[in-house]
Amino acid sequence: MTSTSTRPPSIHGHQSGHAPGERRIGSTIVLIVLSILVLVPFLWVVSLAFTPEKDAFGSVSLIPAHPTLSNFDTAFVDANLSTALVNSAIVALITVATNCAFAILAGYAFARMRFPGSTALFYTLISTAAIPVSVTLIPLFLMARGIPFAGGNDAFGHGGSGFLDTLAGVVLPYIVMPLNIFLARQFFSTAPAELAEAARMDGAGEWRIFARVYLPLAKPLIAVIAIFSFTGVWDDFLWPLVVTSSPETQTVQLALARFLASGNVQYGPVMAGAIIATVPVLLVFLFNQRSFISGLADGSVKG
Amino acid sequence: MTATSTRTPASAATVAAPTVRRAAPPARRRPRWNRISIVGLIFVLPAALYIIIFQLIPVIYGFVLSFTKYSPLSRSGPKPVGVDNYANLFTNGDFGNALLVTGRYVLQVLPLTVVIALVLALLVARPFRGVSFFRSALYIPHIVSLTAVSLVWLWMYSQDGLINELLNAVGLPDQAWLLHPDSALNAASAMRIWKALGSNMVLLLAGLQSIPKELYEAARVDGAGRWNSFRYVTVPGLKPMLVYVVAMDIIYLSQGFAEIYVLTKGGPLGSTTTINYLIYTQAFQYNQLGTASAMAFVLFALIIGFSFLTMRSLTGRQK
Repeated sequence: MTSTSTRPPSIHGHQSGHAPGERRIGSTIVLIVLSILVLVPFLWVVSLAFTPEKDAFGSVSLIPAHPTLSNFDTAFVDANLSTALVNSAIVALITVATNCAFAILAGYAFARMRFPGSTALFYTLISTAAIPVSVTLIPLFLMARGIPFAGGNDAFGHGGSGFLDTLAGVVLPYIVMPLNIFLARQFFSTAPAELAEAARMDGAGEWRIFARVYLPLAKPLIAVIAIFSFTGVWDDFLWPLVVTSSPETQTVQLALARFLASGNVQYGPVMAGAIIATVPVLLVFLFNQRSFISGLADGSVKG
Repeated sequence: MTATSTRTPASAATVAAPTVRRAAPPARRRPRWNRISIVGLIFVLPAALYIIIFQLIPVIYGFVLSFTKYSPLSRSGPKPVGVDNYANLFTNGDFGNALLVTGRYVLQVLPLTVVIALVLALLVARPFRGVSFFRSALYIPHIVSLTAVSLVWLWMYSQDGLINELLNAVGLPDQAWLLHPDSALNAASAMRIWKALGSNMVLLLAGLQSIPKELYEAARVDGAGRWNSFRYVTVPGLKPMLVYVVAMDIIYLSQGFAEIYVLTKGGPLGSTTTINYLIYTQAFQYNQLGTASAMAFVLFALIIGFSFLTMRSLTGRQK
């Protein structure tokens, strides 16, 4: 606001690039109004989650008169949320680990250790990101069912249920996400090549160059890939819906949707459940806010 | 493939090799096989094999399935039926309806969310005190899962929900937003507009910040006003990101599922049955895997077509 202090308010057509004070105030007001509109649903969710069931009918006040945690208890018990949280955490952690390992390794090689056909292979792998979920949904379901020697299957994948209704089945489509390979290649292609050349002069092997020279530079990349993988898996709905059938293997999002469908809808506990399901992702976001937004921007600007 | 041309049969190799070496342009060398590139291939292998097995082969498998009749309950395997599944889609009213619903959904959400997100991005593009608060606050709907967000809006649209309370407060009667064929899809669209704002804003913001400051200064020196510098610097500079945002929105919106599952289950009267929702019910409720696969491939073709058209129409004019 200080930079605009001495300038006179601009008239229409005034040839100045500086935002006049009045315009800045006007746009701030627009921003505040839009932000409130965007955030209002969340304020009410929090309010509803802390409002006792008997107060929740009729006009609900934004600040509950008798705040309570009982909705959270109900959500945990009735929606089986603790099992679902554990399942989602296991699936998400496996996904983060495999993506950080394999996508970064592949992206590094595509950027720094190119081989004949590597560019074509790279674009082939990346293009799979554009395949609609519903195209691979049915084949993946049949493949998960037909995994040999799993879930009572024989060597040909017949006779049993394979990976269906197991956490291994839930993890199956997320092991390496193509977008993460793309981000890794973008990252390493801007890293200085001299480091590798110097290390090769010193007789370091390729693995050592990757692990000791380039990987330590890649902390922001690891953060972004971890966040993308975590949130992507944590929030996914359609695949877990198809591949799981019992409460023992369901993920958080499924538990939420089934909680709602389980009969007389009580919005207090449902909102409490929605908050519980969101807190992990929100924490991941808040602790990595800078790399989240800037990493997202970097990856796509160049794309 | 000039790199492989050095591996000609032994008789020709002695003659060909020196000329190929000399002809190689010094600026941009093609990669060739050596110790480093073989290690590179090994580094790529786990990710490549995984994606080929669990992304590419399923596409081929699904395409084959779309020409068969197959129930997951029968263990006899898929029965070939030729193009019947595709032919039936065009006589089957459900699929036509789902196409219309999906198209309307995309067209209702896309323009509004992109325009509002662009306004927001322009408003938060310049640094001022509290700008990061606004950027984060507007991004929050994107972070919360579609399932959770749909539950929230389900409550907002319910009889005692926020929207009806606001209507009552200004003296208007309640509406059963999600229970009428006329309003259910609009209600879902409003939610998706709200949900998509944050990510679109952040991407467009990144696009705005990638426009070199010197261009604005040059425009000012040339006497361009606010509108003209927006028209001739911002709009062309933002175009690549705008194309990306629109294409990604088309891809995401045309695959709407979780919000439909939570809000309306495709109803009332099929008025919110998107293609993905129809595919899900065909495959996993009616056990028609062949029909569902054919639907998925029509959707695939349409998404590719429209994304391509978007890129053509938005980038075509430049240069």
